Amino acid sequence: MLRHFGLATTLAATLAFASPAHAVTELQWWHAMTGGNNDIVNKLAEEFNASQSEYKVIPSFKGGYADTMNAGIAAFRAGNAPHIIQVFEVGTATMMSATGAIKPVYQLMKEAGEPFDPKAYLPAITGYYSTSKGEMLSFPFNSSSMVMWINKDELKKAGVAEIPKTWPEVFAAAKKLKAAGHNTCGFSNAWATWAHIEQFSAWHNVPIGTKANGLDGFDTVLTFNTPLHVKHLQNLIDLQKDKTYDYGGRANASEGRFASGECAIFLTSSGYYATAKGTAKFDFTSAPMPYYPDVPGAPQNSIIGGASLWVMGGKKPEEYKGVAKFFAFLSDTNRQAKLHQESGYLPITKAAYEKTVKDGFYEKNPTLQTPLKELTNKEPTENSRGLRFGNMVQMRDVWAEEMEAALAGQKTAKEALDAAVARGNAILRSFEKTAK
Amino acid sequence: MEKSAVFNSKLLPYLLLVPQLIITFVFFYWPAIQAFWQSFLREDAFGLSSQFIGFENYQALFAQPEYYKAMLTTLVFSTLVALLSLSIALLFAAQADKNLKASDVYKTLMIWPYAVAPAVAGVLWFFLFHPSLGSLARPLRWMGFNWNPLLNANHAMILVVMAAVWKQISYNFLFFLAGLQSIPKSVIEAGAIDGAGPMRRFWTIVFPLLSPTTFFLLVVNVVYVFFDTFGIIDAVTGGGPAGATTTLVYKVYADGRLGGDLGSSAAQSVVLMAIVIALTAVQFRYVERKVQY
Repeated sequence: MLRHFGLATTLAATLAFASPAHAVTELQWWHAMTGGNNDIVNKLAEEFNASQSEYKVIPSFKGGYADTMNAGIAAFRAGNAPHIIQVFEVGTATMMSATGAIKPVYQLMKEAGEPFDPKAYLPAITGYYSTSKGEMLSFPFNSSSMVMWINKDELKKAGVAEIPKTWPEVFAAAKKLKAAGHNTCGFSNAWATWAHIEQFSAWHNVPIGTKANGLDGFDTVLTFNTPLHVKHLQNLIDLQKDKTYDYGGRANASEGRFASGECAIFLTSSGYYATAKGTAKFDFTSAPMPYYPDVPGAPQNSIIGGASLWVMGGKKPEEYKGVAKFFAFLSDTNRQAKLHQESGYLPITKAAYEKTVKDGFYEKNPTLQTPLKELTNKEPTENSRGLRFGNMVQMRDVWAEEMEAALAGQKTAKEALDAAVARGNAILRSFEKTAK
Repeated sequence: MEKSAVFNSKLLPYLLLVPQLIITFVFFYWPAIQAFWQSFLREDAFGLSSQFIGFENYQALFAQPEYYKAMLTTLVFSTLVALLSLSIALLFAAQADKNLKASDVYKTLMIWPYAVAPAVAGVLWFFLFHPSLGSLARPLRWMGFNWNPLLNANHAMILVVMAAVWKQISYNFLFFLAGLQSIPKSVIEAGAIDGAGPMRRFWTIVFPLLSPTTFFLLVVNVVYVFFDTFGIIDAVTGGGPAGATTTLVYKVYADGRLGGDLGSSAAQSVVLMAIVIALTAVQFRYVERKVQY
């Protein structure tokens, strides 16, 4: 009896799987979203799959940003790349130079005949992922910028009346926090080099490298060992000694220190919103990144972070059609607005931004407007338009190594930044030779 | 008198060897040859373009101060890991060899960590000892000890050594236990009758008789630390802080897979292979003399 039952269910299951007359085209989507944003990715795929019956988007989490990108590159070399891969902004130069490995998005949309107007997207964001001719190469998915997260409850307890705006104010607030019991962390940050080299430079309108930070050519040379950078790193070194500043590692594993209440001032991506909302049990907000008031023109504007979706080359036209449909689905105004409001990542279309403003969302949630205000604070200059360095993933590690050496007291700030620039330049030259 | 079977076919022995040879070729020689070839090329990450550049990768490598630093780190790391994992495993095995009540449970528990993937083991240790999130690091901080593997090179080294040792003890334990159990009880009993205490019996009878196992494990452990520990290092420290835990094999992984610089990575793995071959040869030449089979 039991055996018959087993047989029957197997048969039923087989039939159920076989029932659609035509096979569904599966589209692999590799991503790097954790925490609250992972749920958002899965929900997006589910919604898209439910909205039509021809295509099925299958999201798979592949680890951190660097892991995901490397998994994609390795898969491409092995001949089984996914259709869509989420690559963080610093991987842009590497992806762009890989003609043949990628399918440019503007081409994809044109061939698939999907409605696609590049002008509908926010230029501050798409500019980063477009050629100099304005052709969009990848689809901006989660754009963010770096903001300063503030634990309002703890600041109040420590007697810090106003949210600090400048670095000296942050240092002073951190000292007060430390005196009020935050022994192990006055302030901290995730993404060490993004905070203290990349965004720091743009925000103060000083170059990271020549050729408009590499946007105008791969023959760029790094220049971030200026007295301003040295001064800032020296300040961090001094404060690290008694943990008024406490280094939090290279990637974003230390973000938990904000949610746990340990660090009441914490610089990280604006995309941290979904996770903060879900885990922080206190009143928090975000504020623009601090700056040095004695630097003329500061603050300038911040640069885009986050990631975009790249379409890999060598797939079937039928599959590309599905990818194009998925991108059109993502661009939908209501969906974009909702995505922005839930995740903290920026809206990518003008319509979605305007809708969010019109709905009065920012009045209730000023936190989400901070990155937008930073990005559009001033008309971007050569120093703040963005950055495009080859082998940036490796380079960030090299920069972080030198920062760590300085913070651990093995090198002076000047020595560390000089070494970071020299070693970075060696990496740039080696990239320049491979990408012609 | 020994029984011996005679096979007349000349082909049969080779046929019997074929499966093993194929595996060795596909999984060892083929990648090794590829790495050797790739070390003379400059390729982009996607493998779309490549050009022959002779010894340029090697020249660039030996001009890097970081590479020599990684060599030194490897020396410290491998000595610590091999020494600690061998001695701790021997201690445990000697205890498990006694007539214990729950020795089966004890043995099983000892073997468990071996089944844990290196990356998983790494993540485990990373979280246990993360300066502000770790459940074992927090008590340390409460006691006023400034535990900080994110910036302190020694702390980071201690952490990766602990993780790597923890993972290797199981393997060493198994072999030591088997070695101990194969030592005839009569020899030890004879020592006891002659009045030798347990320590004396261990060092003059058991340890020398165990030397083939110890030698085998030494070779295997050196290979383990040189080749198999990058997963642990990646998950625990990512080679940091400031390159303090970047060993040679981690640098191969970091430059190749994370950095997309496959030429340099291949050159490094060729150098690494040469080092390990030389080390193994030295071990067989000089250490094996002391082994009593």
